[in-house]
Amino acid sequence: MNSNKKVLGLIFSNLHDENISDLTENRTMGSVLFGARYRLIDFPLSSMVNSGIEEVGVITKSNYQSLLDHLGNGREWDLSRKNGGLHLLPPFSHSSSGMYRGRLEALYGVWDFIKTSEAEYVLFSDCDVIANMDYAEIIEEHIQSKADITCVYGKENVSADMCQGTDSFGINADGRIVDVLIKPHITGETNVSLNTYVMKKDFLKMIVDDSMSRSDKDFERSVLQARCADYLIMGYCFDGYFSRICSKQSYMRANFDLLKSENRHRLFPDGRPIYTKIRDNPPAKYAIGAKVKNSLIGDGCIVDGEVTDSILFRGAKVAAGAVVKNCIIMQDTIIEKGSTLQNVITDKNVKITAGHLLTGSEKYPLFIGKGAEI
Amino acid sequence: MYTRKECVAMLLAGGQGSRLYALTKDMAKPAVPFGGKYRIIDFPLSNCVNSGIDTVGVLTQYLPMVLHDYLGNGQPWDLDKMNGGVHSLPPYQNSKGASWYEGTANAIYQNITFIDRYNPKYVIILSGDHIYKMDYNKMLDFHKAKNADCTIAVLDVSIEEASRFGIMTADEKGFVTKFEEKPKNPTSTLASMGIYIFTWDKLRKYLIDNEADETQDKDFGKNIIPNMLSDNQVMVAYPFEGYWKDVGTLDSLWDANMDLLNPKIPIDMYDPNWKIFSRNPIMPPQFIGKDAVIENSMVTDGCEIEGAVDFSVIFEGVKIGKGAKVNYSIIMPGTVIEDGATVEYAIVGENSVIGAGSKIGSDPTDFADRDKWGIAVVGHNINVAAGKTVNPKDIISESII
Repeated sequence: MNSNKKVLGLIFSNLHDENISDLTENRTMGSVLFGARYRLIDFPLSSMVNSGIEEVGVITKSNYQSLLDHLGNGREWDLSRKNGGLHLLPPFSHSSSGMYRGRLEALYGVWDFIKTSEAEYVLFSDCDVIANMDYAEIIEEHIQSKADITCVYGKENVSADMCQGTDSFGINADGRIVDVLIKPHITGETNVSLNTYVMKKDFLKMIVDDSMSRSDKDFERSVLQARCADYLIMGYCFDGYFSRICSKQSYMRANFDLLKSENRHRLFPDGRPIYTKIRDNPPAKYAIGAKVKNSLIGDGCIVDGEVTDSILFRGAKVAAGAVVKNCIIMQDTIIEKGSTLQNVITDKNVKITAGHLLTGSEKYPLFIGKGAEI
Repeated sequence: MYTRKECVAMLLAGGQGSRLYALTKDMAKPAVPFGGKYRIIDFPLSNCVNSGIDTVGVLTQYLPMVLHDYLGNGQPWDLDKMNGGVHSLPPYQNSKGASWYEGTANAIYQNITFIDRYNPKYVIILSGDHIYKMDYNKMLDFHKAKNADCTIAVLDVSIEEASRFGIMTADEKGFVTKFEEKPKNPTSTLASMGIYIFTWDKLRKYLIDNEADETQDKDFGKNIIPNMLSDNQVMVAYPFEGYWKDVGTLDSLWDANMDLLNPKIPIDMYDPNWKIFSRNPIMPPQFIGKDAVIENSMVTDGCEIEGAVDFSVIFEGVKIGKGAKVNYSIIMPGTVIEDGATVEYAIVGENSVIGAGSKIGSDPTDFADRDKWGIAVVGHNINVAAGKTVNPKDIISESII
């Protein structure tokens, strides 16, 4: 990245919580577990760090204990810095900021933080898209195009049973966004928004002030949709690997997508690591009699039983005689001997005692909440 | 200004480890990978931290770069401290000239200033080539309770093994009466584990006296311990029960890795109350493929296993291709075992490539003459071209094209 262009990264950790309400009951969207060792926020946060963004604010609203635990002082993302670094921005941080109702109100609430940044540009990201993006390239293109706002989108063939309700863009031959559809019900090849935006800080200040004077709180409706004829809003087509999470089904699919080598190699290319909190787990251990096929396994797992087409997060244990098929088994879950799980998502610290048979359907996985004992 | 520390640890990590051959060609022995995601030095370092000792001097000399890099500021072990923490201590130059560390005692002698700034009551001397979990604090309590000047941790070994160790003879109260370095005809089975606690002002005096005496070797086992004993200083043997292994040879390094896979051997890497810390790899989770067969093994982040793995320790970022077989082996970080290769009873170093269809090592049961058999070793950054064979007992330190 052009080193004299300072960029402030802003991550909205709570937007889209409602998409997977089971998993966000006790946490933000950003701290939802993903891919055997990650939390969703690791993807935008690592992308920022790998793109040379050294100052990041994480905007939270509620349920943020797990997010604070995960991020700590930002050291694991190399963001524990004297200048810049990681800043957590909870609501009610000063007298005029309260529980925000949309992106613009959230920005207004944390303006004191944004104001003090020396950055010339601001890049936003949410936590509902899993991707490893080179933001430096996006910012460079934003500067070249002299756009007021650059929106990142991906081309996706949306089918009826996939993520509906995501914003999409109509784009002209020059790459300008000329039409914005908010949560349309459409199918077929679509330019889906990846909820990643770049603009100058001064421009952001102007739109936030303007919106607050009109009590507009929704950035997508009041700015992107309403003003796309007035502002130069450009689209940036991200052609790398991405998956969007807008439901439990899509969450399940996004996880299982990583079982395909091609997806995994595109999401985790050499030289662009995804950082996460370090747990100092020992290696995973496979015992005599273990049968593991087509699965992603986190460190610290102990597998004595059978695991097929599944994701096992760090520290999970599958005892001898237990069978796990097409499941997402989160951190420190214990599955005792002789239990069989199929199409099940277990949250953290679940214990399935011996001899149970738990089955969900592929379209509607069975979800077992954090800390449950069955 | 330094706050006083009760006990400072000095970790001897400068040795070459020449009996690890190709594995220590590029790095010092304490930096050699061990146990799937560790390096040997993680064990004494983690023991220090778990025992509440937060000031550790690491004495380095032979090929220190990998080790210095690995230690960094000590953060992975929680040893990035404002006061104390981990310090790499390589030999240095001073106004009288420069000198290498000429023995274990000389290495400590040259760092008296480092120890003095923490003004400790006790110093614990450790070495960077042993795999074990030990609460040094209990040993320190023992040292204090016995009012000792020197406490030596000992392990009861078999009489056959005894001549490989420094052997203590102790009376019924644990006071050491005799110390012999590698005796031909051992009279006791209490083997020194190379872990010593000294009362610092006593050790300080013996180090200075030893240094002044030109005839001495400047070594703990050869000089300091015998000298203290002949002066009737209070020396006690601290009996340690538990797993301890010197990994100074290829065979013992292989054995110790295999021990981690054996549930009957008492070294539990999964005990949350005594974690072994390490510099964690930043890699995606391990992937076990559709046709993979994996049993009785340890595997770390970043691995992609498509072949068959049995009784093996696989470090981070290792790729094992389709139809490849890895049995009773240790595969160090970043190494690729290509499709159809067979690796048996072998140690393969970091970032090496074992070409498709190659054959490394073999099963001892295929050998009538056991003396001709041994662990096959491929060093770090080595390419073994497709279809080549590395025989048992071979040690490969140059690529095979």
